[in-house]
Amino acid sequence: MQRIGVFVCWCGSNIAGTVDVKQVAKALENEPGVVYSTDYQYMCSQAGQDMIVNAVKEHRLTGIVVCSCSPRMHEQTFRKTAAKAGLNPYMVEIANIREQCSWVHKDMIVGTEKAIILGKAAVAKVNLNAPLTPGESPVTKRALVIGGGIAGIQTALDIADAGFEVDIVEKKPTIGGKMAQLDKTFPTLDCAACILTPKMVDVAQHEKIRVFSFSEVSEVSGFVGNFEVTIKKKARYVKEDICTGCGACVDKCPVKKVPNEFNLGMDNRKAIYIPFAQAVPKVATIDPNACNMLKAGKCGVCSKVCTAGAIDYTQKDELVTEKYGAIVVATGFEPISMEKFDEYAYSQSKDVITSLEFERLTNAAGPTQGKLLRPSDLKHPEKIVFVQCVGSRCASCAEKGKEYCSKICCMYTAKHAMLTRDKYPDTDVTVFYIDVRTPGKNFDEFYRRATEDYGVKYIKGMVGKIVPEGDKLHVQGSDLIANEQVHIDADLVVLAAAIEPDKSARPLATMLTASMDTNDFFTEAHPKLRPVESPTAGVFLSGACQGPKDIPETVSQAGAAAAKVIGLLAKDKLLGNPCVASSDENMCNGCSSCANVCPYGAITYEDKEFRMPDRTIQVRRIAKVNPAVCQGCGCCTVTCPSGAMDLRGFTNSQIMAEVDAICK
Amino acid sequence: MNKKMLAEEIIRISGTDPKKCMKCGKCSGSCPAYDDMEYHPHQFVSMIINGNVDPLMVSESVYSCLTCFACAERCPRGVEPAKLIEAVRLFKLREKGKNRMSAEDVSAFCDADMPQQAIVSAFRKYAK
Repeated sequence: MQRIGVFVCWCGSNIAGTVDVKQVAKALENEPGVVYSTDYQYMCSQAGQDMIVNAVKEHRLTGIVVCSCSPRMHEQTFRKTAAKAGLNPYMVEIANIREQCSWVHKDMIVGTEKAIILGKAAVAKVNLNAPLTPGESPVTKRALVIGGGIAGIQTALDIADAGFEVDIVEKKPTIGGKMAQLDKTFPTLDCAACILTPKMVDVAQHEKIRVFSFSEVSEVSGFVGNFEVTIKKKARYVKEDICTGCGACVDKCPVKKVPNEFNLGMDNRKAIYIPFAQAVPKVATIDPNACNMLKAGKCGVCSKVCTAGAIDYTQKDELVTEKYGAIVVATGFEPISMEKFDEYAYSQSKDVITSLEFERLTNAAGPTQGKLLRPSDLKHPEKIVFVQCVGSRCASCAEKGKEYCSKICCMYTAKHAMLTRDKYPDTDVTVFYIDVRTPGKNFDEFYRRATEDYGVKYIKGMVGKIVPEGDKLHVQGSDLIANEQVHIDADLVVLAAAIEPDKSARPLATMLTASMDTNDFFTEAHPKLRPVESPTAGVFLSGACQGPKDIPETVSQAGAAAAKVIGLLAKDKLLGNPCVASSDENMCNGCSSCANVCPYGAITYEDKEFRMPDRTIQVRRIAKVNPAVCQGCGCCTVTCPSGAMDLRGFTNSQIMAEVDAICK
Repeated sequence: MNKKMLAEEIIRISGTDPKKCMKCGKCSGSCPAYDDMEYHPHQFVSMIINGNVDPLMVSESVYSCLTCFACAERCPRGVEPAKLIEAVRLFKLREKGKNRMSAEDVSAFCDADMPQQAIVSAFRKYAK
């Protein structure tokens, strides 16, 4: 029989306001096993914890029930308190009488009654608790960063600077991501390339960093500290280690009309290409869908002009398997497709462009060498209309837009409008906005400068439709403050398209068993207190894969993720969670039900010999749980038809005891 | 019927939720009959949310609406102002209890050139 102590917390007035804590303590005194019961104002305070330690010694307690807040809040605190008092930390149970009781009830009698019931359930459970000891597993001291945009670059640099090896896997031929495509960055207007490319060079030169460019993650197995990842290096038909990036092949390639994805299809590239001048690695890549040699076996010009002999038309996709202790997801974002917004005529007119396209049009390395010329006739646009929130905050049309605010559009639109007026003061620039959201250091000042110093016209209202008429775009919108409908004949319209997670994120999340929200953004372990960790141990989040973010936020999150990874890799051994599933091999019939539902792939099967009563040997297939992989979710225990699976710390008998205590 | 009940009844008839409105004005930016209206689509939504329905009940604006449903189609929040305007018209109809254009008359207007939606709209509109 256990000797249980019950400690009821007031949490100031949080609990005591709607629960009669004295009555709870008194009622629980008479429960089986309880030898001591008391209440205190703040159980989590030092005085409260000392009270627990003293009571354990004085009353020779073997188990503790704390009636307080959610176990997410202070379970760890009280487990440590128990350990200090010489008890096994897993002999502590929390009855959540705050979030699940005092905060949801208004009536003292009802609240008190429920708190007593919750306390009884916890007591019933502790009666069946057994000491648990967490297992240990080693840590592979290397990290994998998936995605080579500014988020991945920053995370990789920070981890590598701490002395750990990092591999970056980037699906495109070069790292740099979206930031490499930008012209200037708000709110300081420094040139994106000028601040990004030195970091890219740092990555290339860092002795602890390897870049797998033009590669994708194809398989992930293992668990925190011990991941095994298969990386597919896609064939680029150029030997990466030999190519010097001289560009002779690109100059001579006769296939000239391949839409250039780096400039969002606004100009053309060759079939063999280097995405941009500062690409890392600076290595050519052959597009097999465009190359005459790969398609028809005729040409071979690039291989003739390559003095290094780097061209290899026979190259195949290659699989590499590597081991890592931690994985950082930094897969970033994409602007959503504008094809479905018929009212904005994106598909009808070349002069209706997205903001990212505008970014390329104003970039010195872009299709117009930085001159603002509209795509249809390369004329200088005199009237430009910017439309914000295209597809953002769009709750009614899931197939068209996104319900969330894309966060970055207000600022980049202000930047575009301001820079246009700065370079071309003769242009008339109008911005249609629903709300201007500029929380951030120097952000609102920046937006105000666009209006006050640069004369950008901001109209509160939305554009209803855009109709191409001759060489103009007729823009019809509302001005809610003037209470009138406005009509503008514009030369160029720029749509601030909503952003969405990269398409590669969903399959990757499945491989990593990392959870996602309905918008395919990765979910963090706790929205406030663990924002850079995924709920899956050992998987960390960096940048816009977790939610829309601008560059300063991305870089800070990237650094935070790196700090978490460093904290993990600095350990030699990891303590596991002892509350894991285990299978009773005498009851298991090897049916595979548990393995089918296990979201973490923690269950395998083995054939084991059993000595039967008649002294014969029988070989049976039985389930084995890898305790380092198991996260203790309990899916297997409820699925197991023979009742062989059980979860330590939450055994079937413990849960039934709780239910009985509640229903008594 | 007091103001609040009137607004609630109109919301009930419309089947939409005007509280979803985020005041973006895309409805009024889309409306082809904007200049003929005393109260514009976005004002309509706001007036119904605020229970300020009386001016709408006597305004000609409700009959300026072409029922083209551009506002409903493009509303990012699914408020669909056209349905609210339609609800005001329906309410007035039901209040009067009789139709100027009766159901029996409809077939006379039906020919191959007449879009069905136009007949339905006209039926609602001229049935004062």
